Amino acid sequence: MAADPRVRINWFAATWRLPMLVWQFLFFVVPLLFLVYLSFWLVRNYRMVPGFDTVNWVKMFAKGYFWDAYYFTFGMALLATVVTSCLAFPCAYALSFKLSETARRWAIFFLIIPFFTSYLVRIYAWQVLLAENGVINAALAVIGAGPYALLNTKLGTVIGYLTLTLPLVVILQTLSLASIDRNLIEAAHNLGCGRLRTVFTVIVPLAKVGLIIGAVFCFILSFGDFVSPYYLGGSKPPTLSILIIDTTKSGQQWPRAAVVAVTMIATLLLVAFAAVSAAYRKRA
Amino acid sequence: MSSERAIAWFLRAYVGLVFCFVFAPIVSSFIFSFNSDRFPTIPLGEFTLHWYETIYNDPDVWDALRVSVISAVSVSLIATFIGFCTAYTDYRYRFFGKNAYLALALLPPTIPLVIMGLAMLAWLSRIGMSGHLYSIMIAHVVLCTPFAMAVIRLRLAQMDPSLEAAAWNLGAGEWRTMREVILPFTAPAIVSALCLTAAVSFDEFAVAWFVSGLNKTIPVIILEVLQGQVDPQINAIGTFVFITSMTLVVIAQVLLMTRQRKGVPGG
Repeated sequence: MAADPRVRINWFAATWRLPMLVWQFLFFVVPLLFLVYLSFWLVRNYRMVPGFDTVNWVKMFAKGYFWDAYYFTFGMALLATVVTSCLAFPCAYALSFKLSETARRWAIFFLIIPFFTSYLVRIYAWQVLLAENGVINAALAVIGAGPYALLNTKLGTVIGYLTLTLPLVVILQTLSLASIDRNLIEAAHNLGCGRLRTVFTVIVPLAKVGLIIGAVFCFILSFGDFVSPYYLGGSKPPTLSILIIDTTKSGQQWPRAAVVAVTMIATLLLVAFAAVSAAYRKRA
Repeated sequence: MSSERAIAWFLRAYVGLVFCFVFAPIVSSFIFSFNSDRFPTIPLGEFTLHWYETIYNDPDVWDALRVSVISAVSVSLIATFIGFCTAYTDYRYRFFGKNAYLALALLPPTIPLVIMGLAMLAWLSRIGMSGHLYSIMIAHVVLCTPFAMAVIRLRLAQMDPSLEAAAWNLGAGEWRTMREVILPFTAPAIVSALCLTAAVSFDEFAVAWFVSGLNKTIPVIILEVLQGQVDPQINAIGTFVFITSMTLVVIAQVLLMTRQRKGVPGG
């Protein structure tokens, strides 16, 4: 830095630094803090009253349906994470090791597109495909199988979660697999290590961080999603996100919805923290 | 060797299967949008433009389109501006608390959208700003800025750091260097960020649903129709939405790819 920047910083540097700070403080940090505060408000005569009372927390945590929703949401998100990671891995493996650099770049190009393309409409499309007399059951009927109930089942929900997370997880896994030093894999082969054994003892440990980051994103997205469990899972039972929507939209019980939301954020923070420390544990 | 080939063949088929799964809903929406059956299945019914005519003649859809386009355009402009500022700050400066600064810049997409929606609704109603068109814009800028920042930061990483210093040494001030060196260099990424953030805003339904009040966007209309019955109109609206956002995302990516080709030999 040739000239002494300290003399002139102020206007130039501040111009670039402040916009994000101001905007994300006013419309990201403050709303989230306000949500925590809101969870301690009171509702009297169907009106919210500012206050500081733990009654919403006590009432929500005493309700059976809250814990049913909590365990169900957590369990489904965990299931989705395991299923997505396992299904994504062979694809990421093929993209990283079996395809040329150009083909890999194109594959990622096409996987990025759906990530930014209306998730809602894609779920609607699945609703049509999975219906009792939909395309999949009609196709199965041709070979004499079915009809199966696919909609309003856990399977439906998981298909929805896969639609949301699979492209992203494949991309993250591919990026981490592609950055593995090929010499290490070569060495394993030369030393007589079988193909599968190489995958599990060499490739997976080397790509651990990337695989875990992919899994964490999958968990976060599935845990917070309300579209798949509602439209493909039939909201039986409702997940935490659906609980938030029902509680918010049906009246002035926003403080209770805030309790659910804060519990969700706390859970996600714990999960992300546990996963990240697991990712970096042995490496230090 | 034959097992080697069998595995390679299997892996290729598997990649094909994954892509089929990922694109099946997009393709099926497209096909069913021209299909006459009310409950689409195979074999297909007759070819029709009926669903497109229905949405074309629906004033609600046009209102929603207006809201969506206004918010997507303004969100992309604001978010890209803020994203550029943040990316440049990260590229150029080191300062106390920079990690926290970057965390703040990149965290919003990791918060579940329903929670963002509730927090935004609660806060914006508290300060009397909920239920307007600008409420959607405010919330979407929060969600879109990280994408703009990431795209522009990638481009800045490819710039030769001595370029800026050279401009200063030749007597250009910081503002002039910004205008004549940094901005032209990052231009493709800026356009790319504009497209990407417009696509994110155009598709976002959860937060918009919470804060929009009566100003419904296209995805909010879709959400509300979905709560009723299966309605093939959605395939027609959906095909339109898919084509819009796919076009934006493809443009965004192509701009980033040409950047790589030009960037590598120079940097």
